[in-house]
Amino acid sequence: MLKVEEIHTYYDHIHALKGVSLEIREGEIVCLIGSNGAGKSTTLMTISGVLHPARGRVLFDGQDIAHRPADRIVGLGICQVPEGRRILPRLSVADNLEMGAFLRRDREGIRQDLEKVYELFPVLAERRRQQGGTLSGGEQQMLAIGRALMGRPRLLLLDEPSLGLAPIVVEKIFGIIQQINRDGTTILLVEQNANLALGVSDRAYVLETGRVTLSGPSRELAHDERVRKAYLGEQ
Amino acid sequence: MRKELVKFAVVMLWAFGLLFPMLGAQIGFETFTFEWSRLVRVMGFVAVAYGALAAQRAVSAHRKRGHRDPGPGLAERVPPLWGWGILAAVALAFPWFADNYARDVAINVLIYVALGLGLNIVVGLAGLLDLGYIAFYAVGAYTYALLNTHFGVPFWLALPIGCVISAGAGAFIGYPTLKMRGDYLAIVTLGFGEIIRIVLNNWDRVTEGPNGILGIKAPGLYYPKLTEAGLTLGHVYLKNLTCLYYIALVIAVVTIIGVYRLDHSRVGRAWVSIREDETAAELTGIDTLRMKLLAYMLGAIFAGLAGAFYAAKVRYVNPSSFVFLESALVLCIVVLGGMGSIPGIILAAAAIIVLPEVFRDLELYRMLAFGGAMTLMMVYRPEGLIPARRRRLELHAREAFAEEEGNA
Ligand SMILES: Nc1ncnc2c1ncn2[C@@H]1O[C@H](COP(=O)(O)OP(=O)(O)OP(=O)(O)O)[C@@H](O)[C@H]1O
Ligand SMILES: [Mg+2]
Repeated sequence: MLKVEEIHTYYDHIHALKGVSLEIREGEIVCLIGSNGAGKSTTLMTISGVLHPARGRVLFDGQDIAHRPADRIVGLGICQVPEGRRILPRLSVADNLEMGAFLRRDREGIRQDLEKVYELFPVLAERRRQQGGTLSGGEQQMLAIGRALMGRPRLLLLDEPSLGLAPIVVEKIFGIIQQINRDGTTILLVEQNANLALGVSDRAYVLETGRVTLSGPSRELAHDERVRKAYLGEQ
Repeated sequence: MRKELVKFAVVMLWAFGLLFPMLGAQIGFETFTFEWSRLVRVMGFVAVAYGALAAQRAVSAHRKRGHRDPGPGLAERVPPLWGWGILAAVALAFPWFADNYARDVAINVLIYVALGLGLNIVVGLAGLLDLGYIAFYAVGAYTYALLNTHFGVPFWLALPIGCVISAGAGAFIGYPTLKMRGDYLAIVTLGFGEIIRIVLNNWDRVTEGPNGILGIKAPGLYYPKLTEAGLTLGHVYLKNLTCLYYIALVIAVVTIIGVYRLDHSRVGRAWVSIREDETAAELTGIDTLRMKLLAYMLGAIFAGLAGAFYAAKVRYVNPSSFVFLESALVLCIVVLGGMGSIPGIILAAAAIIVLPEVFRDLELYRMLAFGGAMTLMMVYRPEGLIPARRRRLELHAREAFAEEEGNA
């Protein structure tokens, strides 16, 4: 469904991605792990069209979308939950969710999806009139995921959904991520918490300083010696 | 208590230094006289004002200590429809109870309402700073002035043309600033405002330079007339201030309705989203570049409308009406009114235009008073006179939240 081919992305003169390639098939959960500054967020931003690669292609259903603007890519069905959640803190929970459906015109469908999000995250329904910024970290993460779902994505990009959350909340959120996937959404998951990410995903890529150094089925990578040393904290 | 007194002394000393030029001191190398009565009056005023603020602070501190809120603020207390109805009635009846001077001031208020609301689109809704907004007002004014004096284009036809040209100017300035943020944006817009003024000042062959353009016609009223040649169109020029007042009122009302509709539209939500977090806005599928450009263009259109009317009213334009100070004035109105709040901006426009007229004697201290008023506002009421609900939430999030919890 998505095929990233040898992309090079720069921030001015900083060469952040040095030829990253990866592939995601319909229905999968694929995870991308790597340490701080490896280029995980940059990869997602390049797929989302917030950044554009200097070289390489991003193929979605066979079309090259590498140079399309971000709003058009959302229109194609690729939605991102960005790192640090980036909800709109001064708007209500309901308004935040509504913003996620900005490009859609099907009122009825939007209403149904809103119900679905509230079903998935009952706490958001309780707080629908509360300002986004006053939610707890976990609730904000749920709101960010809910907002992305309101765009009715075919491919959902998640950037470190576990960031700064208590283990029990992380567990809950990962459960919901798997549920979203079962309901038919393909997922690309970026995580620092490799253990967790390898546990829920089908396949994984390891990114180091802008390059993919390892890839394969998650179960195999979880037993790979190099991964265990570098990311699972073993000696 | 002692702390309060020390604070009071410091404030008085500071005010003395700040207001020194107003105290009527004559200081030379040999002379040193003071107008004591004036000193007493001015400092007395400061003391009373300080006292009032201190009292208000004490009351609100008291309230925070767990006493119930005495009621909603001004904005919520006036039932919206009622309020608007009364306002409309007053606005419609006004010229019949006023003299020409008051009508003139009222027309200025209406012009600044339109300008304030137009700038509000850019600054209040989309969150882009624009320090050169008055340039679009100039574009509207000169468009009508030139079209009318050279080609005899009537006001009503020049109005849409002025809007189109202003929108073009808006796009022109907006385009290069689309990827800028904050400080850079401020500098570029400031520069653009000055460029327009300097061009008007120096392009003698077209704009008559600093002499300005004379002989602009007032708006006309057209009516069918039976003459020997058959049915023709007669017209009168609406020079009297009552007619001009009503035209200004229509422009202001159109602006109010337009801005209200925009605020509550999909586009309005996109602007708010951009203001809050541009990257997040992009990720929800908002075409941020187009939306920002649209904000500049729509803001410029309302300024162009006001500008064309201004030229028709004064029947004379020259570049000195479009200096930076005017941009600052409009920005003051937006900030004072509470970014994004329509009633607040109307009130602020009235205050900023009417108050200096009332205090004519103190004309020289106008900027000082503005500065003072803005500072006080930022300290005591950062959300503006009549805050937009959203905005009030932003600035008093914690209190509002607590309130909601309390009510639940
Ligand atoms: N806005 C920016 N300007 C310049 N350099 C940047 C910018 N954002 C990221 N970088 C650089 O690009 C590289 C990749 O950053 P990126 O944010 O993609 O890392 P990451 O893998 O997401 O890290 P983390 O796990 O800490 O989020 C880093 O070296 C970073 O310093
Ligand atoms: Mg990152």
